[in-house]
Amino acid sequence: MRKLLILSTALTVVGYAAQADVTVMSWGGAYGEAQTEAHVKPFAAKTGIVTTMVDSDNPATPIKAMVEAGDVTIDVASVEYADAIRLCDEGLLEPIDIASLPAGADGVAAADDFLPGAVTECGVSTDIWANIYAYDTTKLTGTVPVTAADFFDLGKFPGKRGLKKGAKAVLEFALMGDGVAPADIYAMMGTPEGIDRAFAKLDSIKSEVVWWEAGAQPPQLLADGEVVMTTAYNGRIFNAAVNEGKPFAIVWDGQIYENEMYVVPKGSPNKDEAMQFIQFATSTEGLQAQAMQISYGPARKSANATEILFKDGKTVMGPNLPTAPANLANALESSSAFWVDKDAELNERFNAWLAAN
Amino acid sequence: MTDMTAGMFTTGILTTSDGRPLKAALARAQRRAKWRAFLLVLPLLAFVLVTFVVPIGTMLKRSVYHDGFSAAAPALGAWFAGHPQGAEIDETAYAALVIDLRQMQANKTAGSAGTRVNYNLSGAISLFKAGARNAVDLQPPYKEALLALDARWGEPLMWTAMRASASAYTADFYLVAADMERNAEGGVQLVDENRQIYKYLFVKTFVLSALITLLCLLLSFPIAHLLAVLPMARANLLMILVLLPFWTSLLVRTTSWIALLQEQGIVNDILVWLRVLGDDGRIRMIYNQAGTVIVMTHILLPFMVLPLYSVMKTIPPSYARAARSLGATSWTTFRRIYLPQTLPGIAAGSLLVFILAVGYYITPALVGGAEGQLISNFIDFHMDKSNWSLAAAIAAVLLAAVLVLYWLYDRLIGIDRLKLG
Amino acid sequence: MALPSYASPLERVWHYTYLGICAAVFLFLIAPILIVIPLSFNVEPYFSFTEKMLSLDPSGYSLRWYDTLLTLGVNAPEGPRDAAWWSVVWNDATWIKAAKNSLWVGLWATILATVLGTVAALGLSRPEMPYRRVIMAILISPMIVPIIIIAVGMFFFYSSTCVSPDNFVGQALMPFLSKKGCLNNSNLGIIMAHATLGIPFVIITVTATLSGFDQSLIRAGASLGATPTRVFFKVVMPLILPGVISGALFAFVTSFDEVVAVLFIAGPEQQTIPRQMWNGIREAISPAILAVATILVIISIGLLATVEMLRRRSEKLRVVSPY
Repeated sequence: MRKLLILSTALTVVGYAAQADVTVMSWGGAYGEAQTEAHVKPFAAKTGIVTTMVDSDNPATPIKAMVEAGDVTIDVASVEYADAIRLCDEGLLEPIDIASLPAGADGVAAADDFLPGAVTECGVSTDIWANIYAYDTTKLTGTVPVTAADFFDLGKFPGKRGLKKGAKAVLEFALMGDGVAPADIYAMMGTPEGIDRAFAKLDSIKSEVVWWEAGAQPPQLLADGEVVMTTAYNGRIFNAAVNEGKPFAIVWDGQIYENEMYVVPKGSPNKDEAMQFIQFATSTEGLQAQAMQISYGPARKSANATEILFKDGKTVMGPNLPTAPANLANALESSSAFWVDKDAELNERFNAWLAAN
Repeated sequence: MTDMTAGMFTTGILTTSDGRPLKAALARAQRRAKWRAFLLVLPLLAFVLVTFVVPIGTMLKRSVYHDGFSAAAPALGAWFAGHPQGAEIDETAYAALVIDLRQMQANKTAGSAGTRVNYNLSGAISLFKAGARNAVDLQPPYKEALLALDARWGEPLMWTAMRASASAYTADFYLVAADMERNAEGGVQLVDENRQIYKYLFVKTFVLSALITLLCLLLSFPIAHLLAVLPMARANLLMILVLLPFWTSLLVRTTSWIALLQEQGIVNDILVWLRVLGDDGRIRMIYNQAGTVIVMTHILLPFMVLPLYSVMKTIPPSYARAARSLGATSWTTFRRIYLPQTLPGIAAGSLLVFILAVGYYITPALVGGAEGQLISNFIDFHMDKSNWSLAAAIAAVLLAAVLVLYWLYDRLIGIDRLKLG
Repeated sequence: MALPSYASPLERVWHYTYLGICAAVFLFLIAPILIVIPLSFNVEPYFSFTEKMLSLDPSGYSLRWYDTLLTLGVNAPEGPRDAAWWSVVWNDATWIKAAKNSLWVGLWATILATVLGTVAALGLSRPEMPYRRVIMAILISPMIVPIIIIAVGMFFFYSSTCVSPDNFVGQALMPFLSKKGCLNNSNLGIIMAHATLGIPFVIITVTATLSGFDQSLIRAGASLGATPTRVFFKVVMPLILPGVISGALFAFVTSFDEVVAVLFIAGPEQQTIPRQMWNGIREAISPAILAVATILVIISIGLLATVEMLRRRSEKLRVVSPY
């Protein structure tokens, strides 16, 4: 028995050394599931590399600790755009060569096929997602909200509002709700008056706000009737509506969209396999496969060229994506350049505002 | 035996049977006993030092140490060392800056350097990134070249921020934790009122903890008294009601409170059913400050009941009877005779509950919503935002407060009197 | 607690009011714990009693949330429930994996805390122990210092504590450490953290037992010719065993319920029950959490009963009451 133990210990040690599995870290919930179905499983099936998906509250958070300790246990992470930039700037990510990415299905080179900004020094877009707001069509009958301003109009639509707890996207949304044109938002937010104006707008609904933190919460808040409308990630609302048949409607006016990025932490134990995974996942087919799972838009022109059907086989994805022309009428692209600088300062202000009763 | 007695008398010193002086032998035996006792404790002490004391030391170091900028900007560091605060920022300073920026570009450290300066002055990250990217092409005079690139390079505030960041050891994070910042002259001042948060949070944490302690005391006092005066068998049975929450998972208790208190939850349902509330007038009792207070009171209640009970148990009922027989009313008897005797229990329970409440994290995080967050939750917030040094600085302030209370507890009550169920 | 016969009517009213207040406080203490039990059998995905449940209609109740505990994370949850299905559940189901991990970590943390803590308590309760007060203060402090501070400290320290897998020590420790040989993201790291958090409880319970312990019994044993080891196992151990077991149970419960340190120092593979619950409460709160909660309540009732039994046993052995 004892010998057996020693032997098995020795085997485990060898096992650790020989492991070449790719570990992907993402956000869990409907989103993590979509990436598992669209990327992780097909990649494992195609290459024979054991690929596992693990969940995190925010996959960007553990990367710094892992890299600084030289103890990187994940190979690919799905992170927000601003985090991909920040982590890359701090030297915590492996650079990704755009030339190594596969050409589009139509043969156009990756550099020309990806939408502007979708490939950065260390990251490749896996989709374009949006902060939108949604309501329950069975609770709000008659006049329904259609503009960002309606979200802030307690007179016209009384009741609780769900908002994400954090400065990012909330301040922009407040200004759009105040009638500021998307093109002027970040210039205005660079000035103290602009920030004051955003907070003044938030003040007008503060007493009615229910704050959420995790992406799975807004559909829950709507379903439980805790709020009449709430901001949310568009994919979560779409999934609740189409998959679970919830009577939710999305208001696209005032949406704020950005790229979600696949990145490789510096010192990833299986860097080559990780790069292989990213090449596979961000190919035209990989991006389309993900868009079949959840309503986030592919960041390649070639992937948008053909119509994508949802996995139920009947829902056409086009109009449900943040990138649909109709949905872009009054929309803002989130500015990573702004938030990289201002995140600390504005969150301090936001927290102070939140704490003051 | 007779020899020995004789020996003792002749020398005048007591000796042991093997002839050594008794005093020395006793001292030796005591020393050995001391060592034996200490050696029993040593393994645990070593373990706790490694898993607990050293980690907290590491954290304290983080709160005063950040080399993101100082490691990336040695030339500027040397310039600051040679030129005290107030010295003119001349061409040599800009030249040093350009040398460092070029190096940052080569080593890819502009981001982390900018991040460090950004903690002192918002906007530094993009400034450093752009500066490093363009540094190779800059021609002397560097001052004009940099100012042409971005006018912010000339701002005195930016230079104060860089000067403060140029030393790896810094008190800057404690400044932030005290709602302070550096001004252009290098002095410290309060930040704008609308950004002041940490002092407010510390005060709020202490006020809410005091409120929770008071609620615990008010709720515990009657039942601790009941337990103390009931016959043993029935008291033991009721004691289980106090101990069961103590043994039940904190997350379980928090979950059940969510089920009870949410808007579509049981308490609201009952109130609606009783027609106290209309169906659209449901009250929000959780995911706010009220939620934090209610749930924490429930969770900390046993920590108040147990010390109160153990003190009340020792109060002889004859004192109260004597007071009554001497004509005191029941109220006077309670106020003048009973209450003073329970004070040690009140002190022990209140201090313990207060200490535990001040550092509470889980419950406010889960049921506190936006307004019910305590200082601990902001430590977590900054860990999440990767501002580790600020998280460590706030944690250090909280730790200091808790240690003072702990010291007080030890002085007043004694930690060896701590009991569990 | 009967009223004396000379009590005035006002005192009678006050007496019953007082009993009413006590009943209300006991209700406040216990209701939130018991309420989860019926709610976990709700057939609807709500946190509230439905009409059917209130009218005790059997169709209002179901075991579906207990079923999700078995099927969550399993690839083919619908299949026939044969041996193969159960083996898949045993290996893959998220909650089962978390439970196994929690038990494993809890077991080792308890052993570590109990052995080290008991030995130390023996030393601490000797009258000749030097620096008793300071050392005691240090050993109890993991219970006093806010858990978030401990977790942050451990996060910083563990992420910089690694062994090299090249030498013998490294190879021996490797299976307990993370892939790169560090304490972060490793079971050993969590075990050490949880043992530290459990130690104060062991110290408190064992020193409390020892405070009523008659030291002359040791001398009596020794004078009868027993070696110190023999005295320990034949005289000391049987007397302090109830305290040791209570301490061990406290340490186990501490580990089994700990989430903050796990959130900071554990890697994605170290899922535990509290961590799963934490995620569940923060994200989509479903009655499956209530099913877990019910199971945990039943476990804690069992633990409490054990501890109470031990306490009574130790009370019989000693004259002094533990309260």
